[in-house]
Amino acid sequence: MTAAVPVTLTINGETLTRLAEPRETLADFLRRDLGLTGTHAGCEMGVCGACLVMLDGAPVHACLTFAVQAVGAAVETVEGLSESAAIADLQRAFHERNALQCGFCTPGMLVTAHGLLMRKAMPNREEIRDALSGNYCRCTGYEAIVDAIEAVARRRAAGETAAAFLEEPA
Amino acid sequence: MNAPLGTLDRPNSYIGRSVSRPNAKRLLAGRGRYVTDLVLPRMLHAAFLRSPYAHARIVSIDVAQARAMPGVRLIATGADLAKLCKPWSGTLDHFKGMKSAPQLPLPLEEVLWAGQAVVAVVADTRAQAEDAAEAIAVEFEELAPVVDVDAAREPDADRAAVAVPDNLCFGSRLDTGGIDEIFAGAAHVVEEEFHFGRHTAVTLEPRAILADWDASEGKLTVHHATQTPYQFQDLYSRHYGIPEASVRVVAPDIGGSFGMKLHVYHEDMAVVGLSMLCGRPVKFAADRIESFVSDIHARDHRVRARMALDAEGTILAMDVDDVTAIGPFSTYPRTSAVEGNQVIRLMGAPYRFDSYRAELSVVFQNKVQTSQYRAVGHPIACAVTERLVDMAAARAGFDPVSLRERNLIPDDAYPCTSPTGYRFEALSHRKSLARLKTLMGYDALRAEQAALRQRGIHRGIGIASFVEISNPSPAFYGIGGARISAQDGAVLAVTPSGDVRCQISVTEQGQGTETIIGQIVADQLGIARERVRVITGDTENTPHGGATWACRGAGIGGETALQAARKLRGNVLSLAATILQARPGDLDMRDGVVVDRLSGMERISLAEIARVAYFRSDTLPQDASAQLTVAHHHAPQGYPFAFTNGVQGCHVELDAETGFVKILRHWVVEDCGRIINPLLVDEQVRGGVVQGLGAAFFEECRYDENGQLTNGSLADYLVPMACEMPDIAIAHIETPTADTALGAKGCGEAGTAAASAAALNAVNDAMAPFGASIAQIPMTPTRLLRALGTI
Repeated sequence: MTAAVPVTLTINGETLTRLAEPRETLADFLRRDLGLTGTHAGCEMGVCGACLVMLDGAPVHACLTFAVQAVGAAVETVEGLSESAAIADLQRAFHERNALQCGFCTPGMLVTAHGLLMRKAMPNREEIRDALSGNYCRCTGYEAIVDAIEAVARRRAAGETAAAFLEEPA
Repeated sequence: MNAPLGTLDRPNSYIGRSVSRPNAKRLLAGRGRYVTDLVLPRMLHAAFLRSPYAHARIVSIDVAQARAMPGVRLIATGADLAKLCKPWSGTLDHFKGMKSAPQLPLPLEEVLWAGQAVVAVVADTRAQAEDAAEAIAVEFEELAPVVDVDAAREPDADRAAVAVPDNLCFGSRLDTGGIDEIFAGAAHVVEEEFHFGRHTAVTLEPRAILADWDASEGKLTVHHATQTPYQFQDLYSRHYGIPEASVRVVAPDIGGSFGMKLHVYHEDMAVVGLSMLCGRPVKFAADRIESFVSDIHARDHRVRARMALDAEGTILAMDVDDVTAIGPFSTYPRTSAVEGNQVIRLMGAPYRFDSYRAELSVVFQNKVQTSQYRAVGHPIACAVTERLVDMAAARAGFDPVSLRERNLIPDDAYPCTSPTGYRFEALSHRKSLARLKTLMGYDALRAEQAALRQRGIHRGIGIASFVEISNPSPAFYGIGGARISAQDGAVLAVTPSGDVRCQISVTEQGQGTETIIGQIVADQLGIARERVRVITGDTENTPHGGATWACRGAGIGGETALQAARKLRGNVLSLAATILQARPGDLDMRDGVVVDRLSGMERISLAEIARVAYFRSDTLPQDASAQLTVAHHHAPQGYPFAFTNGVQGCHVELDAETGFVKILRHWVVEDCGRIINPLLVDEQVRGGVVQGLGAAFFEECRYDENGQLTNGSLADYLVPMACEMPDIAIAHIETPTADTALGAKGCGEAGTAAASAAALNAVNDAMAPFGASIAQIPMTPTRLLRALGTI
């Protein structure tokens, strides 16, 4: 154990400072210290992908990153990505296609999908499945998730823009 | 007047319609509220020191150093908690002769498996609790671990638990008679020894519990990630001596369960006592490694089985010996014998034959406890039966499909009883198989297979028919003395604004329970489903019920909601008739408005009826009854189970050099009776198939000879990944049960029931040209290379 140190970083567009023990992971920091419980801890060893967040524009395992390593970084969690509507079309497609059941893996899935579509606009199904290999889902069997991401890629290519997801009626 | 269910051409016709899940939007926005997320004022955290040995005696426990560590509030041993908590034993009265060592939250003298919680630490943070747990010194005296199922049954074998006289938890025998003679005289006999590995649920959210004992009110509130809050309300009440009405169990969003989160776990029982000792909320969330060594495991069966056929390829008899190892005691309160019992009773279920013999041995050993996990027993019975059918087809010179066509129970032969004692109401095996053949393009696949074999490409096609158990009656647990309800209850109310609130005892783990209940209520009342709010998972706000397991949400929960909605609709129309001075039978409700049934003319809105009932009852006649809240309970009657059926097809490509198998495609034809929401049913089936394929190819809890789990992390235990899984095509036959008005049966376990059997047959089909075969799952590359004689 070492004394807590100040950690300053930008979370979902807001720059803030908190004290964190050097051993505290970014996942615990987000969940415990900031109440951002949309980021989940499934394996705490970087395998299951439930804790993925965007860190300086790329998907990163929050369970393998110490909070002190994220000093100065810009972190976006599912809460921030929802509020900015950056993933609104993905959320809508997941909802329509029922590409989630218990929802525990879902924030990580959305982050992976978001990162994938930033890298490659029109991935084929095999490439989508490959990109999802760091995300375990125990409920869906993956096919609906692949379908949803494929649908979003097509819609984006057709120039459809996403309205905010949260305000729509269920 | 009720329109026929499943017709989709009228307003508010939701039964049979694919609609998305309203509650899923919250999860998509990261606004799920799982137990792991919950924080209460003054909440403390528990961590456990665990046994490093599979079997040992506790010699001494020294907590002095740990107690002085920062943030530590309490350290509790087995003796501390035994003062509060009555012990439990996982036996059921109708399993005659069953025995099991009594259990306490933490052990007093003997530890029974590696990973068992021994000492509890409660501290301000989880990290502090873990730090202190490391500072506890426990001296253990190692005892001989029981690991092998055959050695365990030797007369002078070491015992897995000192409290039981031998290692046989339960034995059972079925025999219709004359089996040896039938096999002796049969034209064809095929036999095999099968091995089914242990695997586990691996819910993405580990087990989590937050207990809050309030001594001032004498009230226990437990936020518990479980499928069955009422069962735990009862257990916490009885084992801790708290009146039932003062125990509240809340099951909020749950990150996967699959049967795993309805059993009693030592840590969970301990946390209740820890909260009572601390007088503060105490939370425990298992980490992944703790999950592997404390969540129930499942399967672990060795089955020796044979099948006899006559010269025409008609199945005459099956003879089965199932030995299953369940850990050091039987799981509470559902036991660890149900899986074996279902294995020997589901054998051969799709097929017409009269003669059957089975022996079941349920054996103790020093590993993690096993119990009910998705598709209890089904994958084993299905894989054994379907592999024997394929072997018989090869032996008798039939195509696998045509031997099934010959032997499946004809769809018009129901109702009928299986030689294992199950009563089937109505199943559609033959229709399902015909549909599957078309769906997968069976004949073309066989032609392609033959052509590819010429080029050294080895593809295999596997078929597996199955029967699934759903909607169990009280004959399942209640009869054995377990306080596990077979009924469900709903309270349905029109709110003052004319919305509808449904509080129901079936629970949600993401399968869409709340969605289908909302669909049924809206459909039967005649309102938009957006106006129905469904509330689940809280013993204080919903009626007592069985909740969600054994695929009972739609069949039992759905019927409960349907009957409640019909009752409420009757009350609404009766009150409307009073207000309108009309006859109730002349009225109907459409889109939340009472209309003339024949003309469709709008008469009065539900909101207006509610306004009058709640705020202006003075304007109603004195004898008017404004009952806008109704309660209804429904228990299965008629058949003891609503059996469902289906058939799966699997197409694989085997790389004979490396032993790797690529799953190319998977097909399912499934008959779950009335389908309420096709979108959700299909995703239940797909998810189930992938858990079955996981068992077939990847998932296994591996132990060494000392009873140590050697792959207890998500890096070592292989869970199916997106890149390994195929697209899965699904089709349906609908044979509604006549036991209910709704006609729905279950669908959540169908995928898992037969996927591994279809895969096993497919891989064996691919290996056939090599004269090789395999009868063990998971079919790892190493095992396949061994089967091929390569290594």
